[in-house]
Amino acid sequence: MADFVTLTKPFSAPRQQRDADFMGMYVFLATETMLFGGLLVLIYAYRVAHPEASFTAARHLKLWIATANTGLLLTSSLAVALAVLFARHGRRRLVGAALLIALMLGLGFLGLKSWEYWQDFEGGLAPGIGPASPLRSQPAALFINLYFVATGLHAVHLIIGLGALIWTSTAVLRRKVRIPNQAIVVEMTGLYWHFVDVVWVFVFPIFYLARG
Amino acid sequence: MNGHLPFWPVAASEHAAKVDALTFWFTLLIVALTAPVFILITVFAFRYRRGSGADRTHRPSGNVLVETSWMVIPFLLALGFFAYAAKLYLDLGQPPANSIVIDVVAKQWMWKFEHPGGQREIDDLHVPAGRDVRLSMISQDVIHSFFVPALRIKQDVLPGRYTSLWFNADRPGVYDLRCAQFCGMDHSLMIGRLVVLSPAQYASWLAEAGGSGDLTSQGKASFDRLGCSGCHAPQSQLRAPSLQGIYGRPAPLEGGRVVIVDDQYLRDSILDPSRDVAAGYQPVMPTYAGEVSQDDLAKLVAYIRSLGDEPAPANPGREPPS
Amino acid sequence: MTAAPLMSPDERVSYLAAGSTLRSWLLTTDHKRIAILYLISITGFFFVGGAAAGLIRLDLISPTHKLLTNEGYNRAFTMHGVVMVWFFLIPSIPATFGNFLIPLMIGAKDLAFPRLNLLSWYIYVIGGCVTIYVLIVGGVDTGWTFYTPLSTMFANGHVVAAAAAVFIVGFSSILTGLNFIVTVHKLRAPGMTWGRLPIFVWSHYATSLILVLATPVLAVTLALLSADRLFHLGIFDPSLGGDPLLFQHMFWFYSHPAVYIMILPAMGVVSELVSASAHKRLYGYWFVASASLAIAAVGFLVWGHHMFVSGQSRYAGVIFSFLSLVVAVPSAVKVYNWTATLYKGDITFGPPFLFAMAFIGLFTIGGLTGLMLAMLAVDVHVHDTYFVIAHFHYIMVGGAVSGFFGALHFWWPKITGRLYSLVWGRIAAILIFAGFNLTFFPQFILGYLGMPRRYHVYPPEFQVYHVLSSAGASILAVAYLLPFIYLIHSLRHGAPASPNPWGAAGLEWTTPSPPPKDNFRTTPTVTKEAYAYPVAATDEADDG
Repeated sequence: MADFVTLTKPFSAPRQQRDADFMGMYVFLATETMLFGGLLVLIYAYRVAHPEASFTAARHLKLWIATANTGLLLTSSLAVALAVLFARHGRRRLVGAALLIALMLGLGFLGLKSWEYWQDFEGGLAPGIGPASPLRSQPAALFINLYFVATGLHAVHLIIGLGALIWTSTAVLRRKVRIPNQAIVVEMTGLYWHFVDVVWVFVFPIFYLARG
Repeated sequence: MNGHLPFWPVAASEHAAKVDALTFWFTLLIVALTAPVFILITVFAFRYRRGSGADRTHRPSGNVLVETSWMVIPFLLALGFFAYAAKLYLDLGQPPANSIVIDVVAKQWMWKFEHPGGQREIDDLHVPAGRDVRLSMISQDVIHSFFVPALRIKQDVLPGRYTSLWFNADRPGVYDLRCAQFCGMDHSLMIGRLVVLSPAQYASWLAEAGGSGDLTSQGKASFDRLGCSGCHAPQSQLRAPSLQGIYGRPAPLEGGRVVIVDDQYLRDSILDPSRDVAAGYQPVMPTYAGEVSQDDLAKLVAYIRSLGDEPAPANPGREPPS
Repeated sequence: MTAAPLMSPDERVSYLAAGSTLRSWLLTTDHKRIAILYLISITGFFFVGGAAAGLIRLDLISPTHKLLTNEGYNRAFTMHGVVMVWFFLIPSIPATFGNFLIPLMIGAKDLAFPRLNLLSWYIYVIGGCVTIYVLIVGGVDTGWTFYTPLSTMFANGHVVAAAAAVFIVGFSSILTGLNFIVTVHKLRAPGMTWGRLPIFVWSHYATSLILVLATPVLAVTLALLSADRLFHLGIFDPSLGGDPLLFQHMFWFYSHPAVYIMILPAMGVVSELVSASAHKRLYGYWFVASASLAIAAVGFLVWGHHMFVSGQSRYAGVIFSFLSLVVAVPSAVKVYNWTATLYKGDITFGPPFLFAMAFIGLFTIGGLTGLMLAMLAVDVHVHDTYFVIAHFHYIMVGGAVSGFFGALHFWWPKITGRLYSLVWGRIAAILIFAGFNLTFFPQFILGYLGMPRRYHVYPPEFQVYHVLSSAGASILAVAYLLPFIYLIHSLRHGAPASPNPWGAAGLEWTTPSPPPKDNFRTTPTVTKEAYAYPVAATDEADDG
């Protein structure tokens, strides 16, 4: 099906263009991996330096919300994977539907996450603002600060991903992106969304699960 | 300017002389490795300039043996120097046991020194020649770096963490002491003098400088004033471990880890007691962060350090109270 | 090599003639035009950074009588470092010559993602504007290294804005690197196997790997630093449980490989210049090519050698010292191979050859003093002194900037279609070499004597070396300005260049100067290895 692809300037064959697009995306995701990798290594270093404080702090986080969110995000990845499959087989409406389901699940994640932030704020965990912190030790407060930084950075990526889902599903349904000729657009959005999902799979245990 | 052009700094310790020798011989190696490149480039550029009649038949375009030899031989030559340099570097991390310990506090933009006898000085540091001196250093604000060119030594001074440096200056004299890590506006004014005195002169300097009681006894006073003795005195070991003879020895922690009790561990345990709790005790000690000054900390650490010389209690790794 | 069939010049509209409106430049997706946009912008920043350097050197002529306050001096060297590192050196060769030449050298019409390429330039410009803003509102006083907790807790300058500028420009680097990687993998002309790629392309490929993998770590580090400064999160603040050394680890994890981002492209340039000036195949092609990849790989494992006296574990120090010796091997391989290339060559003494020789000389001194710094006990003495300053200027200015000027002189006829004065080119090369050594060699001695870096006020016994250094800097300033005069003069008055004025091998010399909009009339088919000298007369005669 790649043979229907519209060629753009530097390319001379559809296959070449498709491979280049994929490779570009993978290189971009490698960059993103190093971005989150650097952050997670730093967090891990603090966990090793302050094990007790990390455990104390982690117990203040809302494990059940995060667990529910993990479920939402993993399911959304399934929906996106199905969208890619439908795109390859030219099922335009199904692509749109699957992407919209993923979008709903992603919005659900964001909603739950916002609610969780609100609870964190009310619980005094926010740095510098809100009610007094229940955490006595500075390293524990630092752990919570890092939690805000890492989940915040993840949320920014998730919002970008939601934007991509909105754009792609609209474009597919309005035939601005033609299926299956331009299935690659769905594949690229899908890869990015999976990446956002995978990052969460690392963020989740390092903050919520390892609580001593 | 004093007339002559400085080219090589004075060396005021055996270590400095060793570093100089290392630098000198390694420079020779470098020259030996570079000279062929510079000479050959000049010779080739002249000989094979366009229009010269030089023989250009059988042009080579690569040879694995040649490549391997210029990869391996310089590397092996450098490796010997690497081993010696690493040995000198590791030695810097191992101060002799009977060193005089001087506490150093760095802050924007001055150096504060405190001798074991309680003598304090700012920006000048007096030390005896021929004795091992260990500096236990900490910063109150940003990162500084203690640098004495004449000794060829340097160590960053960190906030919140002790670093140490030792030397044995064998030439009496006055040497420059500089902050080497950029520390803000007046970085270049954070300078001082290292005054190396003969042992006799040092003794009389100590007597002159006086000092308000030695650091250890001041530390004992702080220890009592802050209420440390309430729990940590040898006779009241129910809630807290005794500090007799623990300094410099391994201490078992909750969770099975073991640390060597040093300045850093003591400081951390005062400021963040729940971080590394001694095995068999509850984390009941409150934090003293914000309550003890940097000076108090230095005194407390000096006091507990002095307890390290006393005999350890019969059962240092005490069983948990049942 | 089979180039386009002969045709009259009118049929091949040069990329320069393909539109002359401002819009045709600002919205171009042609890699050659984007390269020109980059060339103009980085030249601007080169002069900004150079002006800061001039201020520093003027101020240091006297140990105590000063032009600047202590604070002003700190801001001057910080701006010098930030501007030169991120707004000149990192993009210098890749974003200009890499951008222009990689598609030409591999026989492609453009980079893989032309619009991304333009976006990368705009991101650079936005980052540049933030830097100019920082400059106007008063600058930063942390040094380009942004060490914590000085930067997070104590500095008065515009730290967050400066960090933002560097953060933004980092994405421009990432996009350029991404584009190069995909282009080299996917857009090589038929017959252009990996073993036929010019070394210039190999070294840009290695550079791109570093750009893509190291830059994001700097981005997250600067983001954490800014968050820490703005909201007092305590990430790098020891009084709140943070660790300032962790900042150094993360900073150097990027910033050491960043040195290779600067020097690898210059090594690629020099490989081309040496081979083309000697009119001979590069000696040890595969060794030189794989050396680039080896440098990129091992370069990720040596960051700790910036921290031997920082308080990191001494055993870690020993390992980093050893790895620093390892990473020197591939650099040495290159220098030896360039020398061997001259053997039995047919050498012409044009400006490119002189710049290449200047590079080899200065880079060799810089590299070997780097080995001295890798020697642990020596580093303890000279760390954070002028010895280090001299060392990395030999690498970055003596190496990378000489490479940049070499590239400018070698490919100028290809880029502009005009020939410049070879005599003036030779004079500039010699002046740069002499001025550079006079500026920076005395700093090795200063460093060993114990003059710390970033010192505004200094002991009077060091004055003689500072005066020598400042004198050299004034020669260097003239030498750097000189090319801009005769090169710009050549734009109007230079003779038109033939497709291959140097008689060099390489696909870029088979297309007209300046190249047509799509680079080649028909996609070339490559049948020979790189550096196939002597260049056949038919190729050299292909100038229409």
